[in-house]
Amino acid sequence: MIDFFVQNNTGPYGLSGALLMSEELITFRAEVRDWLVENCPEEMRSPLRSEKDACWGGRNFTFQSEAQRLWLERMGEKGWTAPAWPKEYGGGGLNRQQVKILKQEMTRINARGALYSFGISMLGPALLKYGNEEQKQKFLPSIVRGEIRWCQGYSEPNAGSDLANLQAPAVDMGDRYILNGSKIWTSYGDFGDWMFCLVRTDPEATKHQGISFMLFDMQTPGITVKPILLISGRSPFCEVFFEDVKIPKDQQVGELNKGWSIAKYLLTHEREMISWTGLSQSGTKSVGETAMETIGGSDGVLDDAFLRTDIAKFEADEMAFALTIERARDEVKAGVSLGAVSSWFKYFGTELNKQRYNLLMDIGGSDALAWTGEASNDGKLARDWLRTKGNSIEGGTSEIQLNIVAKHILGLPG
Amino acid sequence: MALVLNEEQTMLRDAAKDFLNARAPLSHLRQLRDDDVAEGFSTELWAEMVEMGWAAIIIPEAHGGLEYGYTGLGLVLEETGRTLTPSPLLSTALLGTSALILSGNEDICAQWLPQIAAGEKLLAIAFEESAHHRPATVNCRAEPEDNGYVLNGSKFAVMDGHVADAFIVSARTRSGENLSEGVSLFLVANDTPGLRIETSELLDNHRNCVIHLEGVSVDRSRLIGPLHGGFPILQKALDRGRIGMAAEMLGIAQETFERTMQYLKERKQFGVPIGVFQALQHRAASLFGEIELCKSVVLKALQAIDEDSDEVPILASLAKAKCGQTASLATAEGIQMHGGIGMTDEFDIGFFMKRWRTLNQQLGDHRYHLDRFATLKGY
Repeated sequence: MIDFFVQNNTGPYGLSGALLMSEELITFRAEVRDWLVENCPEEMRSPLRSEKDACWGGRNFTFQSEAQRLWLERMGEKGWTAPAWPKEYGGGGLNRQQVKILKQEMTRINARGALYSFGISMLGPALLKYGNEEQKQKFLPSIVRGEIRWCQGYSEPNAGSDLANLQAPAVDMGDRYILNGSKIWTSYGDFGDWMFCLVRTDPEATKHQGISFMLFDMQTPGITVKPILLISGRSPFCEVFFEDVKIPKDQQVGELNKGWSIAKYLLTHEREMISWTGLSQSGTKSVGETAMETIGGSDGVLDDAFLRTDIAKFEADEMAFALTIERARDEVKAGVSLGAVSSWFKYFGTELNKQRYNLLMDIGGSDALAWTGEASNDGKLARDWLRTKGNSIEGGTSEIQLNIVAKHILGLPG
Repeated sequence: MALVLNEEQTMLRDAAKDFLNARAPLSHLRQLRDDDVAEGFSTELWAEMVEMGWAAIIIPEAHGGLEYGYTGLGLVLEETGRTLTPSPLLSTALLGTSALILSGNEDICAQWLPQIAAGEKLLAIAFEESAHHRPATVNCRAEPEDNGYVLNGSKFAVMDGHVADAFIVSARTRSGENLSEGVSLFLVANDTPGLRIETSELLDNHRNCVIHLEGVSVDRSRLIGPLHGGFPILQKALDRGRIGMAAEMLGIAQETFERTMQYLKERKQFGVPIGVFQALQHRAASLFGEIELCKSVVLKALQAIDEDSDEVPILASLAKAKCGQTASLATAEGIQMHGGIGMTDEFDIGFFMKRWRTLNQQLGDHRYHLDRFATLKGY
């Protein structure tokens, strides 16, 4: 489960880092700049005010404005909603430096992301790695253009931290599979057109062995979706029930019964993505600035010494974390990566985000308690704060991440 | 600049690691302590370090140095943190040398830097006037006289003052509204009449001094940096020192952590290695992460010095605070996870805690630097 709206980061690409600029890249930057100026509608050049402003695309998506529709259409045509994917599957075919330039140029004019998509952030990378040619051709281009919105089916009521214990059975019926059981914590399951799903195809095998990865249309008969109301008063997650759902055989991805490898790969992606919540959002005020504006200071020093200490500790960690993401990226480029650190990034990034929102609530005082009304944007801060409590649960709890670090990085026994 | 080491830096670090493991592992410090060696470090070993070029890493080639940069020196200091090898690297090769280079006084640099590079001279920086880090509080006075100035006052916590050939002394030449205005820096030779040095042995077997200046006359030529404008130079030199100390604390944290992880895998209780217990695993994993943060911060800070970035002050405070806290946690967890044996003098782990304590409390502890970090951030 994942929810983009607690911190809507563009990811580590936003971090500074000196780039050696070749002629080619300079030209590329100029072209991107011109194209964006010409094609990014004026209304799309401001930060999202709320989650309602985000474009998720999909079969049933109601565009908020013509500008939003145009922006998606144009970016989709360029393949720049998935800039690093190969052109043959509808992507932008850009290299790492070009992707960085695109992000920088979008930031320069305050351009919103044209598309928020689990298809791009999660399913796509898995399909590119594990899918067959036919599956890539069939599914990737519609993801890039935002035509199909995907949701994920991982957790089950009895498979949370122990994800590999998932039981939803997909039984081989010759020309198709029949799926039963249920999934829980499916992000935006009520809006998903298709689901990528982990199912049990061999109930006899040990728990990691009998799992497969399947794709299916959410309109397939036998699927029921029920939103879950959270403490934030919002329902970003759903329960999904399956009753004799027919899945054509060509919608199974990768090797049968080897779906756990794909699951692990996807979870690594998900963790990295969630860990970005630890970074401060570019273009927004820092916690310290917010405190100075809200509470005030004398001679540049915040009028609340204890709060100031807590903020300094937090911001020191925040800066150190941003530098560590920068270092990890540079190490990957230099080929000296430690590997397997995504668990720690997920752990630390989400713990930081929880701290950030705790501090923002403290800073807001009684104003931060508002739950409804125009002034508080319907209690956005309070609801966001409550939502962050899930950051260290979703995508593997903090405790699970620490287990992984202890075993796989530190080599501790047990 | 990418946050990775280049080839030259990697080679320098590996050479330092090999040298220190071969010539000055932790048993070297234990021996110095047990033999009560007056200097607190081995002059023979220092000569070998000079031979390796370590005294000359940041000195410009024009003055007989290697000009490898602060990142290079930081890597060596990180390695000395792993072996706890005492030497005048911090006091002379980093702090004293930085102050001379930053002063821009060409005559003094031409005279002193080649001798420092050759290991012929040691320096100490003398600026504290109380037990707490307050570099802008300068009551030591320098009053003009015929050919120069006469200095009166006392300086505390002078690192390696007992072996220094000269001191870089901060003194007030004018009183100003702002504490940091009207401060000047002087290079005072250790045999100048009126100079009295009291040496104390510290818990980590390093030496600190109190120096008393009683009517100490210094020639005008020994004023380094602008008259009344010495504080910015001092502060800049201190930031470099803070980053170097952070690098040494990073070495301490890493070494302590690795030794502790090894112990968790070996030590058996209840019939199993104690590392199977989740109570220890989670603390270990979270400490691992803190050390990763420190690695990034230290490297960024060192690179910032080499690039003469405006971010040096904030990165220096971030590095000193973060590494101070992390090395504190690493050494405390190191002793706790080793159990009773960690409390014994015979076992090495306690040496790391003692050295951390000294490093943390010099040039501003973690609270001082968090406070400065917040101020620099504007709140």
